[in-house]
Amino acid sequence: MRPNRYPDNAWAAVLLAVPFAGLVIFYLWPLLRTVLLSFSEGTAFTGYTITGFGNWQRLFDGDDIWRALVNTLVYAAIVLLGVPIAMVVAALLHQRGLRGRSFYRTLYFIPVVTMPVAVAMVWRYIYNGDFGLLNEVLDAVGGPTRAWVADPDTALYAVAVVGIWMALGTNLIILAAGLEAVPQTLEEAAMLDGAGPVRRFFSVTVPLLTPSIFLVSVLSVIGSLQMFDLLFIMLGRTNPALADSKTIVYLFYEEAFVRNDRPLGAVIALVTLVVTLAVTAVQFRLQRRWVTYA
Amino acid sequence: MRKTRVRASRHLVTHVVLMAGALLMVSPFIWQFLTSLKTLGESTRVPPTVLPESAQWSNYSAFFDVVPVGSMAVNSVLALVLRVVGQLLVASLAAYVFARLRFRFRGPLLAGFLVVLMVPPQLFVIPQYEVIRTMGWLNSIQALALPGAFSAFGVFVLYQFMRTLPPELDEAARMDGANPWQIYLRIVLPLCRPALAALTILTSLFSWNDLLWPLIVNTIPDRMTLPVGLATLQGAQGTDYPVLMAGSLLTILPMVLVFVLLQKQFIRGIAMSGLKA
Repeated sequence: MRPNRYPDNAWAAVLLAVPFAGLVIFYLWPLLRTVLLSFSEGTAFTGYTITGFGNWQRLFDGDDIWRALVNTLVYAAIVLLGVPIAMVVAALLHQRGLRGRSFYRTLYFIPVVTMPVAVAMVWRYIYNGDFGLLNEVLDAVGGPTRAWVADPDTALYAVAVVGIWMALGTNLIILAAGLEAVPQTLEEAAMLDGAGPVRRFFSVTVPLLTPSIFLVSVLSVIGSLQMFDLLFIMLGRTNPALADSKTIVYLFYEEAFVRNDRPLGAVIALVTLVVTLAVTAVQFRLQRRWVTYA
Repeated sequence: MRKTRVRASRHLVTHVVLMAGALLMVSPFIWQFLTSLKTLGESTRVPPTVLPESAQWSNYSAFFDVVPVGSMAVNSVLALVLRVVGQLLVASLAAYVFARLRFRFRGPLLAGFLVVLMVPPQLFVIPQYEVIRTMGWLNSIQALALPGAFSAFGVFVLYQFMRTLPPELDEAARMDGANPWQIYLRIVLPLCRPALAALTILTSLFSWNDLLWPLIVNTIPDRMTLPVGLATLQGAQGTDYPVLMAGSLLTILPMVLVFVLLQKQFIRGIAMSGLKA
């Protein structure tokens, strides 16, 4: 008799019933529904009927989506600058015989576990143009002062600095795990050849760390494309800089749940998917040029 | 002798740099704490004073007077517990089935779960809201917890872990007459404790800090979570910084304490999944 290739069909069906039902109700059906909604017209009261590309046209004829796309990409690019910072910190922490490693790691990691809403409030206060701490510090050292998050020229950048600050801990952990995997013998060989710490960092550590750097970069960008909480809190609804600083997810929230234009919201959601896939695909393409797998 | 001194001095520079960086990382929290003890007048003074003249602990109780903090905290905790328990059950079951059983359509079904992971959450939000509203669950605890409890994220994390367990475990148990449910409960689950701990921590973090979803589904103040409550508080009292700082400090405290206590698990969780909310 041929052995049964699928001996567990019945058990799989039983055990998978609840997880799969949840997947369909809360994820797979919504996915389909969002696609359908993006081609529909109507309201929650009248119901929706499929009409065609009207919402898509409406969205891309306006300025909002383009500005939001640019803002989101700029934000993601700035937050990506946090990766080299995290590399330096990770390398410093990795030195053999360094004391207080876990103490530092704890402090650098705290922003990761704190609620974005809460820290955004603190930063908003620090950025305040009239009595904020940042202006006070900058004034003392002769730097420029302004209403950082109320000024359309600086608001997005000010939020992005907070984005770097919040992501540093996560980046650090992943890079530290990568560093653990770098063989100590190579470092030592370079040291015997007379390479100083900076030279060793760039010529030995960084090339061996490229897979982790790549992973961190991809995750950083994907996370940045989702930015909502920081903007929502740091730039309140009456903020004069808000109109010029919206990100895609902010625009999604506003259209879908403030103006209750669900079909337009569905289009924006699909745009985030396209952007995320496109940006990630570009990163994977570029990967061949600089990532080396040992 | 000389070598040790060189190394010590190099570490000195390292410590100075790391310390300066660490100070930069925590200075917002220090400022938050100091401000939470100031009077309204002090908090807007130019130039700012560093220390409060006298500690205004009343800012902390004022936070409770402005918004229903008690119920919001209860909501946040209940939503977290429901979501974590649900996610652990759902994810461990699905992961077990995919990692250890042989059945038809395994590939396409698994793909169904994994596809969800690659899609930005906004694509689910509008219909999820419709589902919750249709069930009459707006402004409820289950509204906060349900979609997240079924997240494919946990399935993925546990699936990766369960695949590393040796197949001989199941085979031996089956020889002894155990059925898949018994193997799941008595053999696989206990071995997955580290992964389950990591998933618990990450799901708690997502749940406690989440804004967009709770903002949409629970709009009655008594039914809001803490982050939404804080956001509302800022909308209502946008300029009472000492109260805002006191409130925001209270809401981040639980997660920071849990993190300090369970640091190893936190870090393992992040490294294991490479992901964050």
